[in-house]
Amino acid sequence: MSIEAIIATPRAVPARRSLWRLMLGDVRAVLSIGYLGLLLVVSIFAAKIAPYSPVDQNVAELLMPPSAAHWLGTDDLGRDVLSRLISGAPNSLYASTFAVSVALALGVPVGLVIGFVGGWLDEIVSRFIDALLSFPPIVLAIAVTGVLGIGLTNAMLSVGIVFAPVLARLVRAQTLIVKQAVYVDAARAFGASTSQIIIRHIVPNAIQPIIVQVTLMLAIALLAEASLSFLALGVQPPQASWGGMLARAYNYIEIAPAQMYAPGFAILLTALAFNGLGESMRVALDPTMKRR
Amino acid sequence: MGFRNLIGRRLLQVIPIVVFATFVVFSLLHFVPGDPALALAGDYATKERIEEINRLYGFDRPLIVQYGVWLWHVVKGDLGISLLSSSSVFDLILQRMPNTILIAAYALIIAMIVGVSLGVLAATRVGSRLDAAITSVASLGVALPSFWLAILLVVALSLNLHLFPATGARSFIDDPAGAIRHATLPALALSTAVIAELARQVRSALIEVLSSQYVRTLRAKGLGPIAILWKHGLRNISVTLLTLVGLLVNRLLSGAVVIEAVFAIPGAGSLVAYSAINKDFPVVQGVVLVFVIMIIVINLLVDILGALLDPRVVQE
Repeated sequence: MSIEAIIATPRAVPARRSLWRLMLGDVRAVLSIGYLGLLLVVSIFAAKIAPYSPVDQNVAELLMPPSAAHWLGTDDLGRDVLSRLISGAPNSLYASTFAVSVALALGVPVGLVIGFVGGWLDEIVSRFIDALLSFPPIVLAIAVTGVLGIGLTNAMLSVGIVFAPVLARLVRAQTLIVKQAVYVDAARAFGASTSQIIIRHIVPNAIQPIIVQVTLMLAIALLAEASLSFLALGVQPPQASWGGMLARAYNYIEIAPAQMYAPGFAILLTALAFNGLGESMRVALDPTMKRR
Repeated sequence: MGFRNLIGRRLLQVIPIVVFATFVVFSLLHFVPGDPALALAGDYATKERIEEINRLYGFDRPLIVQYGVWLWHVVKGDLGISLLSSSSVFDLILQRMPNTILIAAYALIIAMIVGVSLGVLAATRVGSRLDAAITSVASLGVALPSFWLAILLVVALSLNLHLFPATGARSFIDDPAGAIRHATLPALALSTAVIAELARQVRSALIEVLSSQYVRTLRAKGLGPIAILWKHGLRNISVTLLTLVGLLVNRLLSGAVVIEAVFAIPGAGSLVAYSAINKDFPVVQGVVLVFVIMIIVINLLVDILGALLDPRVVQE
């Protein structure tokens, strides 16, 4: 047991209350949480909030500029842009949380097991993780989506698969640190089984960096969803998605350039909020980190 | 331990990664729901064609044998035949890869110049207004969807000001000036996220070096800030920077896929997206394989170069 390992062992319980206090004192964290909360409400009640149906076409009003009736104008099929923006929100939130959940479900158990067991298993699986991390993420996600079949769920399943090795590696490193801690030795001396040690000691202590990583990952997943939908591999028409809206808007860029602002800002703000939340948590959780 | 020894060790470490990576590419085809032979034959294949494919690929043999046969073909440069165009996958990739490499390399150069400068500016003025501005812009750059930025650039610099062409690509060998002009907007859009990442990483690495004990001693001995920055600061973070570049190449090639779609560039990225939508699996496999091998080789070179720059790595 090295002295570094003792120092590096994070304290799990007392940090929680101060985390919230620290985050509430951080403007960026408050703004991020506020925005994401609003987005969640909009997503849940999307069908009620949207002024028009997001899929109803109206050939009499194609590519209209913003007006009192259509606040953000209409798209190339006469659909209300604001309504499509609102109904794209649940798709984006679903996509990012689904992808990150897949990554968690695959990456965390693998990281825990190889970190805890070690030996040749760790050696082999770690090389496999290295190999997976060598793939350009979007390219691999496109390939897996193409193989599984085009659509939002398959696309985000692919993104989750691509993210899993990142989490596996992080969890492995955390497990290695906690595994050496004195209290784990003590627990073992008192006759705790391996699964008890993993569930009661390693998971709670490794969870903080994972939460930070997961929050940051939500932003990357959101951008990946937008990219894949832009490439027509994600959300399928007539369903609305921000990336898909940008792809359509781009086709009519010379006639109606204003079409491309709203979905772009929606993606940017949401990614900023996830990143802001993640970064604030990282700062709040890490006492050694200087305030940015 | 000597330098030659280190190269040997790194090469040995890379072998299992290459084996696993190629196995992942190979097994992609086996994730297609249903019969892989059917998927390869396409929708309008005759029964004879499906049998021929089964014979050719040996889908009835054990997986590990299939992998061996596939890998042997790959090593010989045979990546199969495109289902859509019936041309060799290898030739297709060879035609299109230069366009991708051009925008990725161009973006990397822009990112290195701008990103490192911003990081140095911020790190040498920690806590100043400039530092705050650079840090905020970097946060924005990380969250900005590159393809949206690409569209904005097209509207501003191409449709409105006519400074750069909005679509297409030129061959760098036949028309270098035209190639650069066509690649400028894509490279700008692609470089933004990488600039942001570089600026952040350079900033934090440099802050750490500049606040270390020996730099304080040097300062006390009267060494000027510029000498400290160049001789000690930047030199110390050069290995970190190099490792970072290895990782960023991965991200650039990833981002190139979407950027190529925006600018209608006939590159390897748009090829893989188009092929995935149209179920042209040999092409998808081929492009993914070439990308991953490129990245593994680049990271190996970065590793070796890092050892050259930093004697501590060799002694390890």
